Parts: sequence; C-alpha cells; structure tokens
Amino acid sequence: MALLLAVSIGILAGSGVWLLLRPRTYQVVIGLSLCALAVNLFIFSMGRLRSGAPPVLASTTGTLADYADPVPQALVLTAIVIGFATTALLLVVLLAARGFSGTDHVDGQER
Amino acid sequence: MTDDVLLTILIVLPFVGSLLAATFRPNARNSEAWLAGGVALICLFLLIFAYPAIVERGVLRSEAEWIPALGLSFTLRLDGFAWMFALLVTGIGFLVVLYARYYMSPNDPVPRFFSFLLAFMGSMLGIVIAGNLIILLFFWELTSIFSFLLIGYWHHTAGARDGARMALVVTGFGGVALLAGVVLIGQIVGSYDLDQVLASGEAIRSHVLYLPALVLILLGTLTKSAQFPFHFWLPNAMAAPTPVSALLHSATMVKAGVFLLTRLWPVMAGTPEWFWLLGLAGMAALLLGAFFAIFQHDLKGLLAYSTISHLGLITMLLSLGSPLGAVAAIFHMMNHATFKASLFMAAGIIDHETGTRDMRKLGGLFHYMPVTATLAMVASAAMAGVPLLNGFLSKEMFFAEAIETHVHSLLDTSQPYVAVLASTFAVTYSLRFIHSVFFGAKPLDLPREPHEPPFWMRVPSMFLVLACLVVGIFPAATVGPYLLTAVQSVLGARTPVFSLAIWHGFNLPLIMSAVALVAGALLYLALKNYLRHSPVGPPVLRLLNGRHLFERGVIVLSLKWSRAAEMVFSTHRLQPQLRILLLAAALAALVPVWTGSLGLPGPDWSDLDPALALVWLAGAGCAIGAAHQAKYHRLVALVLLGGAGLATCITFAWFSAPDLALTQLLVEVVTTILILLGLRWLPKRFEEIETGENPWRRRLRRSRDLGIAFVVGAGMATLAYAVMVLPMPETIGSYFLERAYTEGGGRNVVNVILVDFRGFDTMGEITVLAVVALTIFALLRRFRPAPDNIGSPLQQRRQNAFDEAEPDRKAGDTLGDYLLVPSVIMKWLFPVIIVLAIYLFLRGHDLPGGGFAAGIALATAFILQYLASGTIWVEDRLRILPVNWIGLSLLLAALTGMASWLFGYPFLTTHSQYVEIPLIGTVPAATALFFDLGVFGLVVGATVLMLIALAHQSVRNLRASRATPAPAAREEP
Repeated sequence: MALLLAVSIGILAGSGVWLLLRPRTYQVVIGLSLCALAVNLFIFSMGRLRSGAPPVLASTTGTLADYADPVPQALVLTAIVIGFATTALLLVVLLAARGFSGTDHVDGQER
Repeated sequence: MTDDVLLTILIVLPFVGSLLAATFRPNARNSEAWLAGGVALICLFLLIFAYPAIVERGVLRSEAEWIPALGLSFTLRLDGFAWMFALLVTGIGFLVVLYARYYMSPNDPVPRFFSFLLAFMGSMLGIVIAGNLIILLFFWELTSIFSFLLIGYWHHTAGARDGARMALVVTGFGGVALLAGVVLIGQIVGSYDLDQVLASGEAIRSHVLYLPALVLILLGTLTKSAQFPFHFWLPNAMAAPTPVSALLHSATMVKAGVFLLTRLWPVMAGTPEWFWLLGLAGMAALLLGAFFAIFQHDLKGLLAYSTISHLGLITMLLSLGSPLGAVAAIFHMMNHATFKASLFMAAGIIDHETGTRDMRKLGGLFHYMPVTATLAMVASAAMAGVPLLNGFLSKEMFFAEAIETHVHSLLDTSQPYVAVLASTFAVTYSLRFIHSVFFGAKPLDLPREPHEPPFWMRVPSMFLVLACLVVGIFPAATVGPYLLTAVQSVLGARTPVFSLAIWHGFNLPLIMSAVALVAGALLYLALKNYLRHSPVGPPVLRLLNGRHLFERGVIVLSLKWSRAAEMVFSTHRLQPQLRILLLAAALAALVPVWTGSLGLPGPDWSDLDPALALVWLAGAGCAIGAAHQAKYHRLVALVLLGGAGLATCITFAWFSAPDLALTQLLVEVVTTILILLGLRWLPKRFEEIETGENPWRRRLRRSRDLGIAFVVGAGMATLAYAVMVLPMPETIGSYFLERAYTEGGGRNVVNVILVDFRGFDTMGEITVLAVVALTIFALLRRFRPAPDNIGSPLQQRRQNAFDEAEPDRKAGDTLGDYLLVPSVIMKWLFPVIIVLAIYLFLRGHDLPGGGFAAGIALATAFILQYLASGTIWVEDRLRILPVNWIGLSLLLAALTGMASWLFGYPFLTTHSQYVEIPLIGTVPAATALFFDLGVFGLVVGATVLMLIALAHQSVRNLRASRATPAPAAREEP
C-alpha cells in the first residue's frame, strides 16, 4: 500500500511540475492544483497509513495504538481550504494579467 | 555641576536643538540662528567653565550602563585634547551659525539646514568626548550621515547630490573598516573602554593582530580626513553651502580622522608599520594636495585641496612617532581650523557678493570690498606660513621635525625636501587666492555688482583672523597653557619640552621657510598667465581623476555587475526561475541521501488492496492526462483534475481521515466551479501556436522539463515511501488523543485540534482566507478582459440568433431551457443542502464535519442556485452580502477568543460543558462552538465572494483593456 500511495504521489507531483514549467497560465493553475494534491497526500502520509481507525474517540480518551494520528489530518484540512483560496487568487491574478497584457503567457508576452 | 550633568548636557543639547530647529517655519532665519547660536554658545560656555577641573583632575568622566551583558557602557570622557577639540567644534560652530544667518538666502528652507548643522555638531562632540570606542564609532557614523545631508542640502543640483553621495560612500566605507579595526582592538584589549585601551599600548603593538587592526583603523581615519588615495571626495563635497564647508571641511569632519589618529597615537604609534603606512599617505596628501590646489579655479576647490595638503601635514607629523611631532600635529590642527574656516567664509562672501567663485573671472575686488580682502589676506598668509601668524609657528615645528631622523630610510631622508616643496606650493596657491581675486584688472560681466557684505557676516571671519594674529604674535601667552593641557592628555608622561616662540634663532627651519616663501612667489609669477586660461587641474596629472575613477567604479559595481548578476540569476521569466527553484529543491533533497543512505525496506505487497490500486490507476491516469491536455483542451484537463482530486478524496477516506475526505470532496466541487468560471476569460486556443521556435530547440526544452518533472516525481515518491515505511517516532498525536475529550470536550480530535488546541493557528488561517477573498474581490472590481473575450461566447450568440430567427421565441429562451431538469433539482436541493451544512457544523465537534466542511457545503448551496437560474434571477430573490459574512464571522471568532480574557485566561482558551435542553436532552456545549461558527461563516463568505465576484464578470458591462490582442488570439472562423 505504501508503495502504491508513494508512486501516486510521485505521479501527481511529476504531472504538476511538468505543468508548472509550461508557458500558459492555465497550465500553471492546473499544475499547482495537482502539486497541492500531492503535497496534501504527502503530509497526510506522515501520520502513516491506517485503515478503519479515524481519530474520532469512542470513549473519553484514546491512544495512537487505536486511532490514526490526528495532527497531520488537522494540518491538511486547513491546507485544503487555503489551497482553494490561493488557487482562486492565482487564477484571478492571471485573468487580470491576461486582460492587461493581452496574452496568457506566464511572462505577460509571447516569447 | 557634576561631570555627569555637564557631559550629558554637552552631548544632548545639540540634538535637542536639532529637533527643535526642524519644527520652525521654512523662512525663520532669525529664530533658527538664535536657537542654533544659543545652543553652540551654551556648549562653549560649559566647556570654558569645565576647564579648571580638567587642569586639576586631567579627565572628566561620566558612565552610564548601556548593555551590561556585553560589557558596554555609555561612557563620556573629557580630557585636555578632547576639550581643545570640543572648543573648536562649538566655537567655530557658533561663528558658522552667525555667518550662515547672512549667507543663506530667504528662499532656502533653513529649518533643515540648522537642524542638520546642530545634529552634526552634536555628533562631532560625541566623537570627541566619547569614552568608549563603540560610542565613538556610533557618533563617527552619525557625522558621515549628517555630512551627507549637509553636502546634499541643495539637492536640486546634480553636483550636490553626487558630492554628497560620494562623501557618504567613501566615509561610510571607511566607517565599516574602522568598525572592524575597533573590534580587533577590543579583542586584543578585552574592552572598548578608551582608558583601558590607552593603558594597553604595549599589548596592542606586540599583538599578532596589530597590523590588521592598524590597516583597518587607517582606512577609517584616512577616508574621513580625505587623505591620499581617498582624497577625491573632499573637492566634490564643495557643492555644500559654504557655511557647511567652513565647519565640516576645515574644523570638524575632516579633522575627525586625525583626531582619532592622535587619540590612538600613544598606543599605536612608534612601529615601522605605522611610520610607513601613515608617512607615505601623509606625504602623498601633503605634496599632491598642495600641487593640485595651485591649479584649481574654484575658490573652494583650491581651499579643499589645501585642506587635503594640511591634513597630510598633520598625518605626516603623527607618523613620525616622536612626541614633538605629536605636539606640532595638535598645534597645527588648531591653527588650520582657524585660518581655513575664515578663508572658507571669505570664499563664501566673494561667492555671495559676486555670484561666482571662478578665479579666472574674478579680479580687482580689493577696490569693492577692502575689509573682506584684508581679512582674507591675513588668513591666506597664515595658510602660506608667513611669520607673525599662527600657521608659521606650526610650520616651523614641522620643518624642525622633518629634519630630524626617526626611522632610517629613504622616506625619512626625503622629508625635509618634500616639506619645503609642499610649503612652496602652499605659498603659490595662497598668493594665487589673494592676487587673482583681489588684485589685477577689475572683473567684467560678473553676475552681480560686488560690494561689502553685511557687517555681521564679516564678524566671524574677523574673529578668526584676529585669533590667527594673536596666536601668531603671542603664542606662549595665549594658547601655550591650553596646548600644554591638550598635549599632556595625549602624551602623558612622554610630554616633551617645547617652546612656542616666533624667534628660535637663525636656524635651518627658518632658512627652509624663507626658501619656500621666495620659491613660492617665483612659481606664482611663472604660472600666473598660464593659470588665467588653463583647464582645471594640473597638467598631465589632471588625467588621474579620482572622481572619474570613483564614478566608474560605482557604475561598474552598481550598474554593470548588478545587471550582469540580474541577467544570470534573475530572468524576468517565470519558467527558468521555477526551473532553478525546482532544481535547487531537488538538490537539497538529494544531499542527505548522498551523505547517508536511505536503507529502505522492500515493498510489502501483502496489504495491497486491488480496489485502491484501481482507484489510483484511474487517479494517476487523470493526473497525467490533465498534464497532457491542459494546453489545448482546458475543459478536459479540468475534468481530469477533478478525477485526480476524487482519487485523493477516496484515499483520505480509506486511511481513516473522514474529515479530510469530506472537505476534499467539497473543495473539489468549488474548485471546479471556480476554474470553469475562469475559462470564459482565457483565449481561444487551437492546436497550433506559431512561436517561430526551432523545432529541435523546442523538443530539447520539452525533454528537459520532462526530465525535471520525472526527477521531482521520483524524488517525491521515494520520499513519501521512506516516510511511510519507517517506524513512527513518538509524536504529539497521542497528547491530543488523550486530551481531546477531557480538556476540549469533543470526540472528533481533528476538529478539537483546529478550534481548540491550535485555535490560534486557525484564527490566522481564516484571516488569510478573508484577505485572499477580499483581494480577489478588489482585483475583479477593476477587471478588464482581453478584447477577444469582451463579446458573448459563440454558443450564446448562436442561441440568441436562433431565438431571434424564430417568431415565437425571444432572446435567452434557449439558454433558459438548458439543463431544465437539473436546474429544478438544484433549486429544490437548496434547503436540503442548508440543512446538511447545519448538520455538518453541529456534529463537527464529535463526528466528522465542522466549520470548514459545513461552510463550503453552504457556499455550494448558494452557488448551485446561481448555476441553476443565473445571476440575475438569484440576486432578485436572495441577497447574500458575503463581505458582511466575512467581517462578522472574523469578529465573532476574535471575540470568542477575547472572551476568555474576561475570566483571566489566555486568548482563545475554551470552556466545555454539557447543557440540558428541554426535549433534546443533554447537549455538549463548548465555547469552541462559537469559534467554529466564526470559521463556518467566514468560509461561507469567502467562498461565495470569490465565486460570485468571478461569475459577475459575465453580466457586467465590461470595458476591454487597451492592450493589443495577442498573436495567439485569433478571430474565430
């Protein structure tokens, strides 16, 4: 399972990076979103992979033996929301830049 | 008055005066002069008042703790030498203020001038009475800054700006070197306290760091005193108003260098290194300065080079290492300050009354201003070293020292000849100063009709000239005792016997003086006609222009090299920059792998679930497909991105993270809507983009990027695998698991972490969210789409054309028919989603859900209405006001946090308990719920604001931007 997820993270990151290096703004937006997925999964995997042990307490207290690590999950949860916000900001900046420069090249002019 | 009070007033009063002076009206010349003059006079009287105590006790000290941890204290120290210098600073400072009152024009903004002047005076006093090398250095840098501001006072002229900048760069560079040197001294001595440093001369001279410290300190002092080869800033600083030159470039700023050399003379002088370095620098400045001065046409330029020469003389005297040399140096510092300040004032008067300082244009002014002429002649004679004037006395002492042998070497042997030669030049330029300005033919076409200046403008010069005469005629009776006090405080037990007298018998120095006077006069006669028409600067040597070298250096350093560095490291292009960034990150990740070893265990296939493998087969395919299609098929790429997102969502759910799965799913929805909205404003793109790029080059570029993508992907995969298979260390996760319920009152540990344990982080995150949403809103208010996007989309136009062609339809009908069934469903789902959102929110503390997920869910409910019925329909019926949601929610979250202050707890401390509610029963109620409500509302507001602001662009009356359409954007067929 670890290898499967690792390879998946690698493919997401690789695809994202390829798009980051492309010249069109839309490619960069999609690339960044793919990278965000990869990074979120990576941070999440820091808590190791456990099935069927969500950190929702059944009794008043719990230990890591019975529940998945909640800390990476808490980190990733806000990261997902912030990731959406920054994607939106990037998209709008790039749209505005296209309005001003007349091109959707990342440098604001065709090369 | 105690020492503490006295010294503190001395150092504080000028700065207080400076602050006050800055507040006056721009044309308040009189009150400014009263203030500045008053401050200078009070300091002067304080000094005179302190003199008996200095004679009696030697040193006045004041010490206050500053940074005790570093052993630094704010020490002030006034001894005889410092007293002499402080007297010069305040005395000449007072005269300059009086002079400046008449010199400055009513149009000049005087508060700035007097404020800087007072601050400079304070800084200079600081250097002089500092009792600690670090304090001294602090004031040293202040003088550099205030001199910069004063030289650049008339900043509307390029000369003033360039001169100020050059002075700052050169003296600032020296200041850095001096700092390093002082730190070395501090390391050698173990203290920066001046008394301790002065007591450890032997230790310093024999230390291995002596030479580096010496070189660094000499760099600092020689730049400040405009000594060769750093002399070039001083002539360029003549762009300053003349009162500034009279104070800074005769008596204070440039003297700070030789002051420090004299201060450190007892501990650093007497070694061959000291003799050679300082001797050569001093001799070069003495000779070259005097030679260059002859060929200047600007009165102030002549005086500037003369100052360089006289400071060279002082430096050379100090280099000898003999006590009598030091006496002569100290004496000459006083004498030079008096006659040079008065000459600067004379030059200023001539400039002021005639409108020019060019000696080629001037002449015959004696007829117009006899008093000024007489004063200038006496001061000039002092500069030339004519008997009965103070300049003569110190020059005789210099000659006497030059004859003596100190260190057997060529440098020592040549000194008497160099001294006579430089003195000859001094006579020549002094004669030129007088003759070309006051005698000869009357000037033609002067900018102004010359006449005597106001009486009070001459008074300062008169006073100084009187001092030159009195000291020159009765030296022993007037300055004798004060000079002795100053010398004793520097030399201590090594104070030699010296006599201040005009007549020492018919000896060698006298013959040298006579030779110099006669030869100088002859040289002037020989050069007179040449100088009437020559270009600025001496023949041949004028090519060696320090200013040009400096400017070229500045250009090379700040323009060419920085541009070159920019060309290499910054590209103005995003792609190469991202490439560098990614490669750097990859390298940084590779280093630990290289140095250690990964030692990863092999993969364990036993727990592989085929279902998840299939999910990721699809997910990975989606990711690669999105990467492949994003250029031409944006919608496809967006759908594929959603596919990768769904795979991620399933993975979260699979591995025990229901909260993440829920949030990811909802965020996928809004992200897709967002990008869909953005697609409308991107250019139409078809398969071919003509870039004119060589196909091979293009292939190479793409292969390289593919390589980078592959390396990054493989690296991430390895890293992720390494993390997942290594055993988990002790983490803080157990802390939260143990306390989530007992202390946070919630069973959903992730939510409790977010709203309770790490509530402050969440507070920051929702603030970021709010900022981003408002930024997007603001950006879109002025949105100007590209011209090719301004019209309706093709599909819409076709639909409308169809509607218009049909008699029974009106425009927009076809659009309204689109997705009719789904839109009805969406409308009906509105309340359902609202209930779902509330449910997610309420159960968040104990079960998967919470403010983030609920907020996005509610935002989706709103967006669906827009999708189903269009902006206008929705906004006729529903006012959402997302900005209010954002503001109120942030306020609620902050107030919830602050409420804990009322109970004496830190910000965002939560309280949880169970409340009995009729019918429903016992319900957990933590104050964290209010905080989570803030999160919820903010997420709703921010998400809705972003999406609606973008969606609104389609219904606005947009104005196209003025940019030309891109080549890629073509009219459609």
